[in-house]
Amino acid sequence: MGSRLNKILKENKKLLSVFFTAGFPKLNDTEVIIKSLESSGVDFIEVGLPYSDPLADGPTIQHSSSVALENGINLDIIFNQLEALKNSVKIPLVLMGYINQIIKYGEEKFCQKCKDCGIETIIIPDLPMIEYESHYQQLFTNYGISNVFLITPQTSEERIRKIDKITNAFIYVVASSSITGAKGEISSKQIAYFERIQKMNLKSTLIAGFGISNKSTFNTVCKYVNGAIIGSAFINFLDKNGTGNSSNFVKNIVKN
Amino acid sequence: MNYFVDKNGYYGQFGGAFIPELLYPNVKELEDNYLKILESESFKKEFKELLDNYVGRPTPLYLAKRLSEKYGATIYLKREDLCHTGAHKINNTIGQILVAKKLGKKRIIAETGAGQHGVATATVCALMNLECVVFMGEVDIKRQAPNVARMKMLGAKVVPAKSGSKTLKDATNEAIRDWIGNPADTYYLIGSVVGPHPYPDMVARLQSIISKEMKEQLLEQTGNENPDMIIACVGGGSNAAGAFYHYLDNEDVKLIAVEAAGLGVYSGQSAATSQLGDVGVLHGSKTILMQDEYGQVTEPYSISAGLDYPGIGPLHAYLHESKRAVFMNATDQEALDSAYELTKTEGIIPALESAHALAVLPKMKFKKEQVIVINLSGRGDKDLETYITHLK
Ligand SMILES: Cc1ncc(COP(=O)(O)O)c(C=O)c1O
Repeated sequence: MGSRLNKILKENKKLLSVFFTAGFPKLNDTEVIIKSLESSGVDFIEVGLPYSDPLADGPTIQHSSSVALENGINLDIIFNQLEALKNSVKIPLVLMGYINQIIKYGEEKFCQKCKDCGIETIIIPDLPMIEYESHYQQLFTNYGISNVFLITPQTSEERIRKIDKITNAFIYVVASSSITGAKGEISSKQIAYFERIQKMNLKSTLIAGFGISNKSTFNTVCKYVNGAIIGSAFINFLDKNGTGNSSNFVKNIVKN
Repeated sequence: MNYFVDKNGYYGQFGGAFIPELLYPNVKELEDNYLKILESESFKKEFKELLDNYVGRPTPLYLAKRLSEKYGATIYLKREDLCHTGAHKINNTIGQILVAKKLGKKRIIAETGAGQHGVATATVCALMNLECVVFMGEVDIKRQAPNVARMKMLGAKVVPAKSGSKTLKDATNEAIRDWIGNPADTYYLIGSVVGPHPYPDMVARLQSIISKEMKEQLLEQTGNENPDMIIACVGGGSNAAGAFYHYLDNEDVKLIAVEAAGLGVYSGQSAATSQLGDVGVLHGSKTILMQDEYGQVTEPYSISAGLDYPGIGPLHAYLHESKRAVFMNATDQEALDSAYELTKTEGIIPALESAHALAVLPKMKFKKEQVIVINLSGRGDKDLETYITHLK
């Protein structure tokens, strides 16, 4: 697929993606956050769709989601915010949300809205491969949307190969057996897992996430995969500093 | 119609396993093994021995004469309240702890609402000498204090769930998150017919002992193994699934599922999922759940912690959609009134959950010879404080 994201994924560099929760810290912070992340050199951005019951998320993202929901965020507002940025933001945006939000919104309507906003990639952590294949693959394809699958230290080689085959954006390499959340270090056990994945010579671009929190963890995982997503650490940063200095957060990670 | 789970883990459009990839190996391991284990001779033998000699099964089927007289029907109570630990929940935990052992798991986690499932899990963990961690909403910890104390005495660690509405839904979220973080050694012992496939089917099978005994007991006591009607309360739906199970295919037996209406179905303070909810995914299965127009899960309310849940199991969603079961509901006050009534007429203090099942009696018309079985899912010891408060 010739999407914007796919062009970036082919670039030969350490890719940095940052996750933030739409509607956090303030309802209308989406634009400032996206623009400052873009201008500070982030390669693509993950926009979290706040959910009441985010099963795969740790306390930081849970908290940001409930604040965002209290702020009154909803999918219609988010799509309006993103559509307004469509022409001015050049880097790709990836949506991350839970399947119930999409079912309730209307699967077809959701896809149409993604298309209207120029969204070509989505991550739905609680949509398993079998459900994707039987109920969503055709629909997403019709709207030019690529679904991102996760792999974890527990995922079997056979399953990883299968995921590699049906992936047309990137594979989300979950860095540890855990929910999201900033952690200090990358353990030797994690390194062994990254090495195992690296040796599999998969066709897909590999982006690591969950527990990548700073320059050192980012650089470590990038020795094995093509890039990484930082989420909770950025949410914590926003919580402390507000949106004004978002670019400082990124500069601290990418500066050499 | 087929009311049993299909090979893909679905009841009609409901069910499946909507789980993060992180849980895939765990759920797959269970899916691949649960039927083999449940149907093995060694499991059957151990399960039966524990149900008979530890839980105290079969539980009596009791003809409630004064209640029958009052409502002009022949009303039997299936006495799950007499099970060890005070509710039907232990049927399931005995079964699942044997499954966990066969899978070689070392650490057991569970969610609990009323604390009955937590107590039943802590009990079987003590029995099997396994580590036990129970997640319980902060709100429920306050309103079910005796059960919290029992769990601790049994050696379980009780972890307060502080997210969301701080009740059963959030305790379940926390249990699932813990499982994601401990995929290899931990077994998630779910307390109702909810969660990803194969849990709803496995829990229904383990609870089906209730209707199996009911058949034998009715045959002995009335000469007919089929009642006219079975009434059970539904939180997630495990006691109802057990009470309905062996009658699902027999459409002559009317099935009544009773949900908690809190302060009134449309008061905004209710847990009557089938009336207020629509299709979506909750805790890994496609079912009916209470949600807003954007799919955010609504906070339910009921005086009864065990019914304070915004979803129902996928089997029940299907029984509702196909109209195989009739879904009724009872408010806090109606449940309280029925609890006091049963106490005075029959000398039985029911759990608040079970009182919801009793509370539909005044809403129906019966004939004297009609045989009604009410599944009395639990006893009221844990609810005494609530009962005493409202008695004034
Ligand atoms: C006595 C009793 N009945 C019923 C329930 C509701 O659960 P279920 O619908 O799974 O039977 C509970 C839950 O805690 C309970 O303790």
